Amino acid sequence: MLLRVTDRGLWCEPAQLYIDPWAPVDRAVITHAHSDHLRFGCGQYLVAAPGTALARTRLGAHGDRVQSVAYGEPVTVHGVRISLHPAGHILGSAQIRVEHRGEVWVVSGDYKTDPDPTCTPWEPVRCHTFITECTFGLPIYRWPSTAQVFDEINAWWRANAAEGRASLLYGYSLGKAQRLLAGLDPSIGPILTHGAVETMTGLYRDAGITMPETTYATVDQRDPAWSRAIVIAPPSVDGGTWVRRFGPSAAAFASGWMLVRGARRRRGVDRGFTLSDHVDWPQLLAAIDATGAQRVLPTHGFTGPVVRWLREHGLEADALATRYEGERDDAAVDETEAGS
Amino acid sequence: MKAFAMLYEAIDASTSTQAKVAALTQYFAEAPPADSAWAVAFLTGRRPKRLVRAPDLRTWAAAAADIPDWLFEDSYAQAGDLAETITLLVPRGKTIAEASLSAWVEDRLLPLATMDADAQRVALLEAWQQLDGTARFVFNKLLTGAFRVGVSQGLVVRALAAASDVHADIIAHRLMGAWEPTGEWFEQLVRGDTADADWSRPYPFFLAHPLEAPVESLGDVQEWQVEWKWDGIRAQIVKRRDRVLLWSRGEELLTGRFPEVEQACALLPDGTVLDGELLAWRDGTPMPFTALQRRLNRKQVGRALVAQVPVHFVAYDCLEHAGNDLRTQPLHERRSEMQRLVAALPTGAPVSVSPRIEATSWTEVSEARDLSRQQAAEGLMLKRANSAYGVGRRGNDWRKWKVSPLTVDAVLIYAQAGHGRRAGLHTDYTFAVWNGDTLVPFAKAYSGLTDAEIREVDRFVRANTRETYGPVRTVEPTLVFELAFEGIQESARHKSGLAVRFPRITRWRRDKVARDADSLESVRALLRAQQAHEQRGDA
Repeated sequence: MLLRVTDRGLWCEPAQLYIDPWAPVDRAVITHAHSDHLRFGCGQYLVAAPGTALARTRLGAHGDRVQSVAYGEPVTVHGVRISLHPAGHILGSAQIRVEHRGEVWVVSGDYKTDPDPTCTPWEPVRCHTFITECTFGLPIYRWPSTAQVFDEINAWWRANAAEGRASLLYGYSLGKAQRLLAGLDPSIGPILTHGAVETMTGLYRDAGITMPETTYATVDQRDPAWSRAIVIAPPSVDGGTWVRRFGPSAAAFASGWMLVRGARRRRGVDRGFTLSDHVDWPQLLAAIDATGAQRVLPTHGFTGPVVRWLREHGLEADALATRYEGERDDAAVDETEAGS
Repeated sequence: MKAFAMLYEAIDASTSTQAKVAALTQYFAEAPPADSAWAVAFLTGRRPKRLVRAPDLRTWAAAAADIPDWLFEDSYAQAGDLAETITLLVPRGKTIAEASLSAWVEDRLLPLATMDADAQRVALLEAWQQLDGTARFVFNKLLTGAFRVGVSQGLVVRALAAASDVHADIIAHRLMGAWEPTGEWFEQLVRGDTADADWSRPYPFFLAHPLEAPVESLGDVQEWQVEWKWDGIRAQIVKRRDRVLLWSRGEELLTGRFPEVEQACALLPDGTVLDGELLAWRDGTPMPFTALQRRLNRKQVGRALVAQVPVHFVAYDCLEHAGNDLRTQPLHERRSEMQRLVAALPTGAPVSVSPRIEATSWTEVSEARDLSRQQAAEGLMLKRANSAYGVGRRGNDWRKWKVSPLTVDAVLIYAQAGHGRRAGLHTDYTFAVWNGDTLVPFAKAYSGLTDAEIREVDRFVRANTRETYGPVRTVEPTLVFELAFEGIQESARHKSGLAVRFPRITRWRRDKVARDADSLESVRALLRAQQAHEQRGDA
């Protein structure tokens, strides 16, 4: 096996390195900067070039251990050819292609195929074995068009603004927040951000991604115009003191989970917008098909049904038990969790 | 259909009563009367019975979605709702129909009842193609006989009142009995001439404040009337124009649901209004509230259920006698009037006067309160003997003094995913206490945690599952919760030998580890203490 799961992560023995390890190791190749994939304490990190600053910021004191490589540019380690390819999940997110003695494996990391102007679009990479996430691996998950969701978000904001209510829009502070920002219509009103979002958005701007003008919302700047504003913040602030400064407000949550009523209801916000940074069921099947892989190892998500479906359709498939957090219904609740 | 779907969304998305009433009011103000009529019917629980067999629905939906049956079932398990699973799985149609609610119901939905399976399949596939999103979901909910939405009849009545400028009590009265949801009927429901219904209205309920200060602060005990605080449904019986109307505290009309009480109260003189409590009742004592709930949830009550769960009205007060409003008279005078009225009913009538607890000191009152549980009461009511019957929660003349519940610290051992709002989350828990070195299952509880805590427990469950039996996960016995309950009984049916009433989670004991949880022995001690109490009470 070119790659296998150990107690530390996904181990590539011939190359002597781990992909997205969940415990400290010497050498790690990282798919993206969300906290369940990028952990502290490794000796060396390899990331895709557009995500360098994100990884450095997230690792803080260990930021100097980050090295980067352009998408598609191979690196050879102990005779293993390794390259990173766009995954379309967030800025700098990558699929990891590993080639050894003619055998090719691809680790998808988290990915989506829906349009997102804040990162390089996903590209299929041909391989023999495809390790794919399947966070939304059930046919109930079929995303509405991104354009339609943004129309709904802007209409919701416009209606709130007309009634003098601030619009609190919650999404994970890295990735989802910037995708939301890029889809807002700035003519409706001011766009405010929570500190966690503002920091990440600054890194996106530095990377040359176009973002609308945002204002970091601090208490001492309170402004009457805030009643027309949209506030982009992580969901963990909901119901807390931080949001009180905006006065009368409506709250919404943007996530793929919001497609299902039960999840929407227990989230307890006024609106749920179905906007995911993962593939839905048809996109997952199309992505698997596009890799040409004969063997598929689904991980973190609805692995049971995906494995069964793939086997019934003539592929070799087995669930791979990793410690990424895709199974969770309520991912993106807290800042420590992965985006959804 | 679209407007009704939007109304459904607005009600479903909001927890604010005000927002729900506003959405309803707007709907009733704008919708054609025929649509409003169906909306009233559905929102007040008059939904059609299941029109299509569930197995057929699953098969046809799976075929329409081009997936095998097992994958349909896996999807259903995640979505937690059949109507929604179908809504999400069947591909979106190309021709969305803009027909009205009444057209959809009368021309498309109800005719399904008389079709054979093949015709149903064709009709459904066509309907699914023409509906999308919430409209499709609402249609499926009606189809499966499972349409429910978070409004009470009371809120619908309020909205109808706001939309029509007719008093809510009159709307509630007009909603009584049998009616067909037609446009003409709806126009009658909201017509401005109210002479038909004015006589039927109850008085606003007078409510008590909880007692928070020491009971001695109430002054002279002789100035107070002490009664049990019964755990049932507060209600007013209105006997006027030879008819009996039963109103709940939520000003919902309960008439028709408690025929035994209504029959007895038909013998009260005209122009009588009594305030009291409806209780499930057997052999002169109240049954648990859960028994009463079986009656409450039924609009039509069968004889068998009446025999299993007889209901009794315990009268607290008399608000009207011989057509005169008595509310400003002192409580003790109203009580005398009430006693005369109830005494005049035939022996065996399921109506009695709530007994007054005689006490000469607050110490005696406090001792009586300790016996509440044995009386199946929630505690005591303290009412100033000369108090008027006020409006709402005004003044301090009426106080409620509840007993505190029994509590045990128990360990979470099994978890199961919930449904509906809790679909996909592990929210149904089984708790255990120690018996020597083993944990014995002791109680199940579903409620009491915040949403954030539920998510945290869910994560714990997923990460700490030892074994899975179907939907049930055995988890590492680590988390300790404080459970409160209202009573303990011996039970041969439970592994622990004990059964508890109304268990619920009161606290997550993060300060405790599994070993610190209570033992079966300490729970038995609570049982013995409770029994000792009861014996003392009997003596």
